[in-house]
Amino acid sequence: MKPIAAILGVGCTKVGEHWERSLLDLAIEACEKALEDAGNPPVRALYVGNAASELMNEQGNISALLADALALDGVKAVEVRAGDASGSLAIHQACLDASFSRGQEGAILVCGVEKMTDVMAPEVARIQMLFEDSRSTFHSGVTIHGLCALLTSLYMSTYGVSYEDIVLLAVNDHKNAANNPYAQYPFPITVETVLSSPLVADPIRLFDTAGIGDGAAAIVLKGPEGARSSSDTPVAVLASEVATDKVNICEREDLLALRSLRLAAGKALGRAGVGLDKLSFIELHNTTSVIGILSLEALGLAEPGKGVDLLKEGAVAIGGRWPVNTMGGLKGRGHPWGATGVYQVVEAVWQLRDEAGKNQVDGAEIGLTSNMCGLGSISCVHVLARWEVVA
Amino acid sequence: MSVPKFWREIPHKYRLVGSRCRSCGAIYHPRRPICPRCGSRDMEDVKLSHRGRLLAFTVIRRAPSDMADLRPYVVGLIELEDGVKVLSQVVDCDPAELKPGLELEATLRRIRVHGPAGVIEYGYKFRPVIKWEAETGEGQ
Repeated sequence: MKPIAAILGVGCTKVGEHWERSLLDLAIEACEKALEDAGNPPVRALYVGNAASELMNEQGNISALLADALALDGVKAVEVRAGDASGSLAIHQACLDASFSRGQEGAILVCGVEKMTDVMAPEVARIQMLFEDSRSTFHSGVTIHGLCALLTSLYMSTYGVSYEDIVLLAVNDHKNAANNPYAQYPFPITVETVLSSPLVADPIRLFDTAGIGDGAAAIVLKGPEGARSSSDTPVAVLASEVATDKVNICEREDLLALRSLRLAAGKALGRAGVGLDKLSFIELHNTTSVIGILSLEALGLAEPGKGVDLLKEGAVAIGGRWPVNTMGGLKGRGHPWGATGVYQVVEAVWQLRDEAGKNQVDGAEIGLTSNMCGLGSISCVHVLARWEVVA
Repeated sequence: MSVPKFWREIPHKYRLVGSRCRSCGAIYHPRRPICPRCGSRDMEDVKLSHRGRLLAFTVIRRAPSDMADLRPYVVGLIELEDGVKVLSQVVDCDPAELKPGLELEATLRRIRVHGPAGVIEYGYKFRPVIKWEAETGEGQ
């Protein structure tokens, strides 16, 4: 186990409907918090993950804009876009930068940000369809929730699983979000809450879907050398891997296999030298519950069709074998697209620094985060560890 | 949107034209210049079957901004007789009567109206195959 980077500081805003604050306001808050948490090191590069600022906020070129706003004069600034995988990919690029530029002075700042409430909900649905193959989504009018609905139906009929069991993941998320001060929906729900909420795309109901929210999350990282002298509590990045799949789900050999995640996770666990049995917790991507369940299966935690068993057995609860979405996941914490991948890593860092409060996973040593665009056209996996584990 | 964006999509949206790999025989829709199965660049246009069967469907109740007037509408995952899968709206039907396995056929319909100029985008949608003989016991 050899770290590729060290995380020195993290910060985020609460996810929510921040009517009075702009994209830039949110990004600045998260970055300032992360920099302060890291002890305000000099910054040599800024990576920004964002899905759709041009379309939702009438603002492009946001990495230079944010560098300017943070008074990071002359700094290198890079913007990364891959729909709702933008945040994790920004971290991936920052990790490459850290390993490529070993020995360089200064830290790297990564910010994931999305300001979604500047447009109305139907426009959010339209923009999200751009992250799939738009020749197919716009012709058919299928939304992301609609695609998730097709997969949910196929999952239910292929494996004889009930919708009640699938949405146990949303219930798990809300339970954990209740203790996260940064969560958009910090309250528990029941299966009945989901089943009595309005239909969005049959059989998917509103409380099975990640909401629309604004948020920003940031981390400060550098190469692994001398991490201990830069921070009392560095967190090790053991792996950062990315893989793709057929964008159009119609062309996938197995519609219920998230191949990009399976490939990225396989590479990441291999690079980290970590088996599934060593994972203390998992932050996974669940735009709707079915995507989270297929993720459990793609990671290899359950056989195809058996992902719901992990939910029913309580294996994914805090205190279970593989706690999932310990701070609320996409459903409970919220899903500001380009920020989500960074929120996941921020939350993993809290767990690995024993700062997760009531949701602390006892003895958390190694965590995995899985972020994807849409239905897995691209997946990015990070494996993180408490520094003592690798030192 | 400019009108040429719609012109160049006419083959695959009006006539269900896809690509067949001359090397391994795989068929794709929309068209592809490179075969992902065997890597060949030797692709030819092929008109796909206009009939298929429903594999799964959903009713879109929260629609994107430019399709709000169609709401609610049915979107199906359809396997054509050629084995190619497509996503399409399923029209002229009561969603309550849809079930996997149902036979469908392509029909040309209006998809969306774009911008202040009102450019109309057309393309295929699918509808249940009308079986006159089965229903009436008589030929047409």
